[in-house]
Formats: sequence, structure tokens, C-alpha cells
Amino acid sequence: MGLRGPMPGPEDAADLVAVAEPAAPLVVPSSRQLARARRRASRGRAWQQFRRSRPGMAGLVVLVTFATLAVLAPVLFPPETISVVDATGDPLSPPSPGFPLGTDESGRSILALVVWGARVSLVVGLAATVVSMLIGTVIGVMAGHYRGWVGMGLNRFTDWFLVIPFLPLAIVLATVLGASLLNIIIVIGITSWPGTARLVRAQTLSVSARPYLERARALGGGDLHQMTRHVLPNVMPLVLANTTLMVALAILSETTLSFLGLGDPLAPSWGALLDGAFTSGAMTVGAWWYVLPPGLCVVAVVLAFTLIGRALEAIVDPQLSGQQR
Amino acid sequence: MSAPALMAQAVEVHFPGERGRTARAVDAVTLSVLPGQVVALVGESGCGKSTLARVLLGLQPTSGGEVLVGGQPLPTSRAGLKAYRRRAQLILQDPMGSLNPRQTVYEAVAEGVRIHRIGDEERRVAEALARVGLRPPERFFARYPHELSGGQRQRVVIAGALVLEPEILVADEPVSSLDASVRGEILALLLRLRAELGLTLLVVTHDLGLAWNIADRIAVMYLGRIIEEGPTEQVLADPQHPYTRALLSVVPEVARLEPIVLAGEPPDPASVPPGCRFHPRCPLLAAGLPDEVATRCRTVALPVLPAQAGHRAACHALDPTMGP
Repeated sequence: MGLRGPMPGPEDAADLVAVAEPAAPLVVPSSRQLARARRRASRGRAWQQFRRSRPGMAGLVVLVTFATLAVLAPVLFPPETISVVDATGDPLSPPSPGFPLGTDESGRSILALVVWGARVSLVVGLAATVVSMLIGTVIGVMAGHYRGWVGMGLNRFTDWFLVIPFLPLAIVLATVLGASLLNIIIVIGITSWPGTARLVRAQTLSVSARPYLERARALGGGDLHQMTRHVLPNVMPLVLANTTLMVALAILSETTLSFLGLGDPLAPSWGALLDGAFTSGAMTVGAWWYVLPPGLCVVAVVLAFTLIGRALEAIVDPQLSGQQR
Repeated sequence: MSAPALMAQAVEVHFPGERGRTARAVDAVTLSVLPGQVVALVGESGCGKSTLARVLLGLQPTSGGEVLVGGQPLPTSRAGLKAYRRRAQLILQDPMGSLNPRQTVYEAVAEGVRIHRIGDEERRVAEALARVGLRPPERFFARYPHELSGGQRQRVVIAGALVLEPEILVADEPVSSLDASVRGEILALLLRLRAELGLTLLVVTHDLGLAWNIADRIAVMYLGRIIEEGPTEQVLADPQHPYTRALLSVVPEVARLEPIVLAGEPPDPASVPPGCRFHPRCPLLAAGLPDEVATRCRTVALPVLPAQAGHRAACHALDPTMGP
């Protein structure tokens, strides 16, 4: 009997870390508030961990900068500055005090276009990721939770989507749906979910084997209860970390599609800028100021999202950070 | 004798194996648990005792036979089974694993109340926690499982089952993952709950010492079949079946027996031996039995023990007239 003593509740509780200070016994409805406070605390811990990751913080700084610029775009550069009709500069003029990053073939300021492009690229990236994450999570959880032909069928369906080459499918879809911002979001969303579905399915399978799912069944919980109360909360952190990585991919996809001329011609995204540079011959006449800024912005934002995603992944999956060290 | 609270009648569970080999995890088991009784289901790993427990809870479909609850067949419809869950609850072996790490104690205990939409959640949760000795209950509401000791976690699991006010509790190895010092307390708690609430308990265990401490009756299972059954005192004081004797001989508390170490391979439910299923490992047979009995051991299948009071064992050496 040399181990821990027996454990009538309260005494043993006293020597536990004083996490929840003894609430006044009569504040009964506080149980949920307490739980909420505990969740806040655990989010606080995650933030502390994130702050210790240098690459993650660097990514966050870059991202916040771009997001601020994107939000402030209409203030910094009124819409008429990027209108082809109202353009004031000479076509394809190199950087000058008036146009810090030069002008495009219509005489518009590249700086203004790049800032406006951040808006489109970020919106498309985030929205497409949300679409892909929703589809991927729903299909992934169901494929992992349901045994038998439902799970099998969904898994094969995911595999099938996974092996379709992305670009041809996206081009076909974009052509069929037509070139608009919303369609670009849909196209990227429905071509990029299989990866998420795979990840979620694997995680669901491992959660499904835990005894607490059997306990939930024994308590009378149905499939929906098990999936929403037990599987999802345990899968979500990984999904969220994966989401940040997905945004990077979505932005790249948007750039690719716009560069191929499948984007919204009215929305000045970075991909559309690169497309403009290509079609106007900026690359052959050596107008580097037209090509480099949007290209570097894509690289910077994609890198920022990737760094944040990796840092988050290490927080939600401690094993991963152990391997890196 | 009132109707059994829980009864298995010739229950079979087969699992499909590789190349058409079917594993007979539970093979014609008849077992009855009277209301308010504590029955221990004892056997080594893989003998089908946990599968049988899940069958009795309606968590595992049967391949044959019937389960009766209070004399009525176990419901098969979704709604019927859900209603049955309020009457019969399960306690699992590993309390850390059976609590969702992302749920607080309150959420874990309230889960059943929410599933069955019983209402009056706060009061029921507080009551259940107090009943299992976690007092004052409010202090545990916002705790997470990893902040509790093993014994406290198992108490939370028990509270989560009690919150539905079940009549029947099936505990699958309820203390085998706990410290020795905590075991006694959890067992005492289970016995107290039986006395206070009139619970019917089925305890699945590999530990005869535990069965001795808690059970009114013991059923010993070997390779999917119950081979000896009877009141605890009689089974443990006067074990009939050579397998029960071997199990009992290695319980440290029982010093009076010479340890019997069973020879041979651990049994494989996919290839049940003909005749007595224990004969390849039987120390009696190995030591030499009359030719006639030995032949019966190897060729004549034993009858399924009927569910009735008294102490019975299925063995050719005990009763050479036993037939299939």
C-alpha cells in the first residue's frame, strides 16, 4: 500500500493542481461558465505555445500585414486608381516617385493593383478553404465512422477524387461554370477536399477505437451523437491546423487559374496581374516591376500560411514537435 | 424464484475469420442473473466473457440464441434498444480511455441525461457524483479527466452510468487497471450501490480473488462456454471442474492449493476441439483417466449447463454419464 493513498474525493482533490479554485458551493448554474473559463484557459495555453514558435510568429506578422493592407485597400487607393479608364500613368513605365512600383500596360499603378489583389487572393483562399474543409470533414468523418458499405463507398469516392489530376478538372469546371469569383471558389473548394477527407478519416478511425465511443453507445448515443460529440471535437484541432496549410494551396490554385485566364477578369487578383503581365508582353520587354511584386506577394502569403499551419500542427499534435526536435 | 433480471439462452456469437474459419467467441451460453444479485463471469482473456457482456447489453448482435430482460426478449428496434440503455449500463475497464479527454466531468456524467432528454440535468449530475463519493459534486464539475486520479475517474464513469438510474450494471473488468489500494474502494462502492439501489450486477473479470470478494454467484467460462457455475462459496471452496481448480490454484490468497500450470496452447475460438473443449489442456486427462472416460473426453461433446440454482460443472470425469 505504499503507492498513493485511497482517494475519497475532496481530500485527494486538494493535492491536485489548484486549477479550478473551489467555487462557492451554491453557485450551481456556474458549471457551464466554469467549463467555458477552462476552455479559454486552454486556448490561452495554446497561444503561449504558438508565441514560442519563431517561424509561426513570423508568418503571423506577414499575414497580419497583408490582411491590414487588403482591408485598407479602398482607403489607400480609391477604386478609380485601378480603373483602366481613369489610369493616369504612362503604359509600362518603370518605378518613379508617383508610381513606386511602376505601371501596367494601361498606365495603372502596380502598387495599387497589388494591394487590391491581396483582397481578392485572400478572400478566394479563405472561402475556398472553408468549402473544401466542410466537404472534407463531413465526408471524412462519415467514411471513418460508418463501417460497411457506406464507409467503403465514401472512401472509394475520396480516392477517386484524389487521383483526378487537379488542373484539368479545375479548368473543365471553371470553363463550364463560367469565370467569376464565386465559381473560382467553388472550383478550388471541390477539387481540394480529398486530402482533408483522408486526414479526417484516419483520425476518426483512431478516435473510434477509443473506449469512450463504446461508452457513448452504451449510454444510448446514436451515430450523430457519437460523431458530433466525440469524434468531431477530437478531430477539429488537426483540421484547423490543416486548414491554414490549405489556404496556401488555395491561393496558389487561384493564382494558377487566373494566370491561365480562367479567373474573374474584373477582379485584380495576383494571378490576374501575372496573366496581364504575360499577355501584355511585360516579361519580354523586361518590365520586372510588373512581374515581381505579385509573384513575391504570392510567395510571401503562401509561406506565411504554411509557417502558421506547421506551428499549429505542432501544437495540436505534440508527437510531431517531438520528432522535429 | 422471480424472473431473472438478465438471462442469456443458448447465446451464440460467431465472428467471420480468414479463409472461412469462423471464430465462435460465445458458443451456446446459458446464464441467468437474478434481480439484486452479483454474478461474476470469470475466465482468461479471449474466452468470450466480454463479448457475452456486450451481448447482454445489446451492443453485440448474436448469431443465435436469445437474451431475456426481466423475462422479455431484448428489443431489437433502435428505439427499443435506446430505451433498454436506460435500464442496463456498462462500466469499462479503462476509466481514462472511457472518458473523452475533451469533456469535463460534468459533461461526461450529463451525457446520458442529454441523450435521453430526461431533464433536470444539474440536479441529476450532482446527485450521481455525490452517490459515487465525489463530494461536493460542484467541485468536480469543471475538472477534466486527466486531472483526476484513476479511482476518481472510475467513479466518474460509474456516476455517468448511474445518472440514468439503471437496474442492471455490467462491469467489464472494473478495477483491473486501478491501483491495488483503490480497487477495494471501487468494489465497496459497487456493493454499496447494490445495497442502496437494488442494482443487479454482472462483473466480468479474470480475477477469481475479485469474484470472491464481490459475487453471489460465479460462472467460469472457457472457450466460449460456461463450464462451471454456482454460488461463490461452493465454487471457490469446492471447485469441480479441473479448469476452475487450475484457475483457483494460482490465486495468491488461496495458499492451500498446489499451483496447477496448464500446459498446451491457449485456446483458439476458431478451432474448438472435439469432445470436451478443455481436453487438450486438462491436467486430469494428462494425469491419466480410465480409458472409457478418456475416450469420452476426446469425442463426446458436453451438454450446455442449464440455468438453475445450485452448483454444476460440465466435465466427463465428474459424471461419466454426461451426454451431449
